[in-house]
Amino acid sequence: MPVVLEHLGKRFGDGAPVLDDVNATIAKGEFVALLGASGCGKSTLLNILAGLEQPTSGALEVPADGAAFMFQDSALFPWLTARANIELALQLADKNAGKRSSKAERSARATELLELVHLGGAGDKRPHELSGGMRQRVALARSLAQDRQLLLMDEPFAALDAITRDLLHDELERIWKETGRTIVFVTHNVREAVRLGQRVLLLSSRPGRVVAEWDVTEEHRTDAGRAGELTATITRRLREEIRRHAN
Amino acid sequence: MPTEQDVRPVTDPNVETGHITSPVLKGNPEDLRDLEAGLDKLQSDTQRKAGIDWSRVLLPVAALVVLILVWQFYVSLGVKRRDLVPGPLDVLGQMGVLWSEGKVQESVWTSLQRGVFGFLISVVIATPVGLLLAQTAPLRRAFGPLISGLQVLPSVAWVPAAIIWFGLSDATVYFVVFMGAIPSIINGLISGVDQIPPQYRSVGKVLGANRLQMALQIILPAALPGYIGGLKQGWAFSWRSLMAAEIIATGGTIGFGLGSLLDQGRLLSDMATVMSAILFILAVGILIELLVFGPIEKRLLQRRGLLAGGTR
Repeated sequence: MPVVLEHLGKRFGDGAPVLDDVNATIAKGEFVALLGASGCGKSTLLNILAGLEQPTSGALEVPADGAAFMFQDSALFPWLTARANIELALQLADKNAGKRSSKAERSARATELLELVHLGGAGDKRPHELSGGMRQRVALARSLAQDRQLLLMDEPFAALDAITRDLLHDELERIWKETGRTIVFVTHNVREAVRLGQRVLLLSSRPGRVVAEWDVTEEHRTDAGRAGELTATITRRLREEIRRHAN
Repeated sequence: MPTEQDVRPVTDPNVETGHITSPVLKGNPEDLRDLEAGLDKLQSDTQRKAGIDWSRVLLPVAALVVLILVWQFYVSLGVKRRDLVPGPLDVLGQMGVLWSEGKVQESVWTSLQRGVFGFLISVVIATPVGLLLAQTAPLRRAFGPLISGLQVLPSVAWVPAAIIWFGLSDATVYFVVFMGAIPSIINGLISGVDQIPPQYRSVGKVLGANRLQMALQIILPAALPGYIGGLKQGWAFSWRSLMAAEIIATGGTIGFGLGSLLDQGRLLSDMATVMSAILFILAVGILIELLVFGPIEKRLLQRRGLLAGGTR
């Protein structure tokens, strides 16, 4: 089990808890969609998994080498080309692993990664010359460059147009199958969660807690009707959660 | 342009059949690749190459001509005595005289050499100090106000102290230049670091950068636009401080710079020399901006996509 969360809690200062008693286990190679309304602490949970923030209570087990992270906006460095962004990640990853790698080696690996996200020809472009979808693919390649088993994704496609997002869903699924990564994918989009996840975890709001969980089976993937039913069920449950806050 | 070796076999046979949200889009990897290539083409900007923009050259020249004409017109009105307000041609003639005496070459070379050398040393000192202050909260809180104060303090104020300490030597001139340039470069770097989007730090942390890697490979390049601004201001402070020091501290082992030329003109009540010296000082400032900082800044902003819509 690469990721185990036990009674995990987080509060900022004296405020109300953002996360409270979160329990979950995520298996190696699993694709888990973490679903929740805005302000449910999804991003906080992801930051804790990434080691960017510390939990205030509970126990947490993550891979020792940490996690790769993909942000909502690509967060590419504007002073580097797409290729150099990936090479920087490779360089830092190698240094941390105590490996020495030559520039040529890194360049070859960056080329492979760019090919993997179908951007072989765009390596020398700078982030501002790329479209939003291309930037997110470079960001995906950069997070894969870290070569860590666990990949955390914080609404990475939320800011993209529908056509591009559909395409990137296919792309991400393909890359997940090719690389065998464990992926935790945060989203507020039920369809996206059902489309991508093998398992969907619903997080309640204020405090955030895993309140429901669904398996997305092969049947859901092949039968659009079943998928629609599941989407409707999850949506109902999500709305119930949100409605609780009306009073 | 898919080639033979690019085709990746799909390991899971179910991939082909199952789809939920995008039944039409999903196909074999080949289709996906083409689809993405098409979308990429549609969504990215086409690059336009512009030729030489002559208005960049002609407009400043025209502005200069207009100013000289206004000057000549004022002189020809004869409001003031000619030796108090010389015309453009008088000044040009005096420049020729100074050139043939070798004074122009000597003073420009001396001052430029000092200015550039003093500025470069200031950069070497101020950059690590600025990075350290920007990255370490207690240090910054302790020294930040002092550095800001030093930047506001006119560095000419250091001239008397420097003369007492170092006498009429080059050390005096350099000391004054440092006191002008260093605080201003430090402040520029700090404000550049302050304007870095916090996410870059998060990315750096996630990528596993340690403090030094973070400072050199992420913070410094991210802060580069602010840093260049600080360097530009640092150069301006160097040049101003240098002129002030050269005007006040003359003689001794201090060489003959533009400030010394200016002071000599004043002593001889030679207005044409004074104006020539001022114009030389101005010209050096303009040339450094046009040849050094302008191109660096433009290239920097262009590469980051920050130039579109500006008036540069």
